[in-house]
Amino acid sequence: MSELLQHYLPLAVFIAVALGLSAALLIAPFIVAYKQPDPEKLSAYECGFNAFDDARMKFDVRFYLVAILFIIFDLEVAFLFPWAVAFGKLGLFGFWSMMVFLAVLTIGFIYEWKKGALEWD
Amino acid sequence: MAEIWTSYLWPLIIMVAQSLLLMVILLVAIAYVLYADRKIWAAVQIRRGPNVVGPWGLFQSFADLLKFVLKEPVIPAGANKGVFLLAPFVTCVLSLAAWAVIPVHPGWVIADINVGILYIFAISSLSVYGIIMGGWASNSKYPFLAALRSAAQMVSYEVSIGFVIITVLLCVGSLNLSAIVEAQNGPYGVFNWYWLPLLPMFVIFFVSALAETNRPPFDLVEAESELVAGFMVEYGSTPYMMFMLGEYVAIATMCAMGTILFLGGWLPPAPFAPFTWVPGVIWFTLKCLFMFFLFAMAKAIVPRYRYDQLMRLGWKVFLPISLAMVVIVAGVLQFAGWAPK
Repeated sequence: MSELLQHYLPLAVFIAVALGLSAALLIAPFIVAYKQPDPEKLSAYECGFNAFDDARMKFDVRFYLVAILFIIFDLEVAFLFPWAVAFGKLGLFGFWSMMVFLAVLTIGFIYEWKKGALEWD
Repeated sequence: MAEIWTSYLWPLIIMVAQSLLLMVILLVAIAYVLYADRKIWAAVQIRRGPNVVGPWGLFQSFADLLKFVLKEPVIPAGANKGVFLLAPFVTCVLSLAAWAVIPVHPGWVIADINVGILYIFAISSLSVYGIIMGGWASNSKYPFLAALRSAAQMVSYEVSIGFVIITVLLCVGSLNLSAIVEAQNGPYGVFNWYWLPLLPMFVIFFVSALAETNRPPFDLVEAESELVAGFMVEYGSTPYMMFMLGEYVAIATMCAMGTILFLGGWLPPAPFAPFTWVPGVIWFTLKCLFMFFLFAMAKAIVPRYRYDQLMRLGWKVFLPISLAMVVIVAGVLQFAGWAPK
């Protein structure tokens, strides 16, 4: 078995076991449990009212903003991973180039903060 | 034929056996972690907690499993059936999958891959999909609102966990989880582990882990008083149980991550005789239980946060601090010449 396969096949096997287990759990009540559906039971929960329209409504733009900010910072973290691993070998040049990158992002972060993108009130 | 047997089939059988073994141990451990959580919570409030099923209520979690399997599975009429059932499945599979790379003892790991921590980071980022899918597919107002809140909360704290991991990686120079544990091995035992030099990051990691796994005091997803049960309100039977199972497995993963990154994994607290006789897996388990005890105590003691406080803590406190700590740790390592070669 090649080295790559030896390292990554167990991962696939473990995920397959997890898939099997979860599928068994998900299917079990559909096989064994007692079922007696009626329209009231199957309606969406809304504090005793009948649901008056579709629940997929407009939502606050701030959730969208948070998602956008998350993408920026999560990508930043993803860029930092290889840098952090090779840190000892990169020397001063590597250190300062990442500091410049972080400085640029920090300026962006300060701008967001001043613009009020992080306010929830 | 014999060649195929020795080089492919036999290793595959061993892999399946190892995976099943870890899965069974993990799930039994989760059953008792759940029981411990309820007992600790009860003890803080001077209640008894579960004490009926089996001696001291020890079989409570198994009785709960049986109850969930026998419950009627209800799929709301307006729901998107496929996505509705896929959501708990995704949550459960992803949280279990993270355990494939966690080393519990020198060499005891399902997949000793050299990008272990990146894999865990990726898996825990994906787990937000389970919540979004569940909330959207239910086609009901409360789950929808709760799913949005929850997604925003989880991604916010994901960022600071990422920076915390980066600071540890700077000190280690490897993404392999076993290498991270070995890097904390030293003559001073417990004082060589990273909780001491990186103490602020350990605190940030712990609080972010609470928020990331939607544990109290950050359990705004469930928020019984306003969103009834959050994105899980339309779920019943095993789909509901799978969300809870996924949540508790994610908590166990976070405890294991805290143990590996900051508490020296399987290393004994002092590198001499009586401590080194105890096998590493015992130390690993004890440290995970210690982490879980902190999680349970936080649940029992700390009052719930308000949503704007939660977002402020994540974005305006933890993010700047952890970003600054990355710069400080990198600077110290660079200019003191301590960077790993």
